[in-house]
Amino acid sequence: MKSIGKYFIFLGITFSNPGSFSTYFKLFINECVHIGLSSIVIVSIVSAFIGAVTTIQTAYNLVSPLIPRYVIAQVVRDMTILELAPSITAIVFAGKVGSNIASELGTMRITEQIDALEVMGINSASYLVLPKIIATFFMYPLLVILAAFLSIFGGYWAGIVSGVITPQEYIYGIQFELIEFTVTFAMIKSFVFAFLISSISSFKGYYTVGGALEVGKASTSAVTNSVIAVLIADYLLAQLLLNLN
Amino acid sequence: MIRIENISKSFGDKVILSNISGEFKRGMTNMIIGASGTGKSVLLKCMVGLFEPDEGYVYYNDRDFTHADRSKRIVIRREIGMLFQGGALFDSINVEENVKFPLDQLSDMPEDEKLDRINIVLERVDLAGVNKKMPSELSGGMKKRVGIARAIVNNSKYLFCDEPNSGLDPITSIRIDNLIQEITEEYNITTIVVSHDMNSVMEIGEYVMFMYEGRKIWEGSKNNIMEAVEEELNDFIFANKMMQIVKEKSSL
Repeated sequence: MKSIGKYFIFLGITFSNPGSFSTYFKLFINECVHIGLSSIVIVSIVSAFIGAVTTIQTAYNLVSPLIPRYVIAQVVRDMTILELAPSITAIVFAGKVGSNIASELGTMRITEQIDALEVMGINSASYLVLPKIIATFFMYPLLVILAAFLSIFGGYWAGIVSGVITPQEYIYGIQFELIEFTVTFAMIKSFVFAFLISSISSFKGYYTVGGALEVGKASTSAVTNSVIAVLIADYLLAQLLLNLN
Repeated sequence: MIRIENISKSFGDKVILSNISGEFKRGMTNMIIGASGTGKSVLLKCMVGLFEPDEGYVYYNDRDFTHADRSKRIVIRREIGMLFQGGALFDSINVEENVKFPLDQLSDMPEDEKLDRINIVLERVDLAGVNKKMPSELSGGMKKRVGIARAIVNNSKYLFCDEPNSGLDPITSIRIDNLIQEITEEYNITTIVVSHDMNSVMEIGEYVMFMYEGRKIWEGSKNNIMEAVEEELNDFIFANKMMQIVKEKSSL
């Protein structure tokens, strides 16, 4: 409970007394490149294979001849948009970017770089963390869109190569009875996950105490805490938004 | 001038600083000395606001820093330069950007003036021409000198140095000590150096405060430290073999 309280105080400090717009804009652009662009390759690989595996496994489970084959594509689409793209990307993202944020801030803390900022009269939490949170907020939904697209494409590719579905059936399936709210839902999830991963990882890194060993611990803890928070938020959002809808 | 009054600080049950007062004069190299773990760095961090003292006051030219609100603190903090133990240079930017950082954040100087100022301070610390080097390419002594350049680039009125000699060879240590003293006199600033190095004390200690287990035991200068009668201080001064030899020779 003490940690949760400290986390909210940290958020309060982060969003208060920011510096000039021009300074933050430059940092924001740097973070977009650092956080967003550098994650494209890993997110693409994971998403494409998850889509491919989902297609093959769904086809394997659809044994009844009464169920049309285009349902495979429909299942891939809904699983991808509703769950796999935002959540699996979140886990990959927490592992890559979350640990990176925590170790970067942790190293800055133990080498007194954060103290140096504070002595200069700069709000170090705001200066270091706010651009990361905003950049993640912008870049993560884009990564989720990319992940969804590549996952569906991966499913298409695997279905065609393995012969479990024809291109026409797949294209028909991914368009069949599409509920547009699922896309909105995925975007809402991606904004929430982006905030959770970036803020929790920053929090863990910012308050690192000790040396190199503790930086490693902070990095691990950032990933595990972010993933747990994402899964809890995933459940709550599903309960809240899908039931309401 | 910086004045501290009755500073106390504890972490949990452990008392780190107990009722410490003192005055650090402008244009002088003031030193806080003592063995490791006596609370020197904690006192320094209380003075610059990185730690909040449990009790007591810190005054910068009679301006109460301890109980000032955030905006008043920022005004004072912008007059402070600090050299950290490891230099605390920002890893991701080069020397020039490191030194320029306070100017970017705290002044509205035009770009060309900033560059002139950077070159002046880098030259002052004998590091002309290293502008584009990354901190990882610098030696320990060079990092400290860049740290000093960054601390004074904004025409700071107060310079704090936390263990400026740690990890340096004796010659580089003396070079850093002399640089700190020269800058203090040249810019007429109030400098406070935290150290446990007796060589530094004898080199630059114009005002010396000795701390032992969180308490101030003695104050004076390098000129009268050898005559001090306090046991804790004598144990500290003469812990070093060389100082013991000096003492034996001088008593002959």
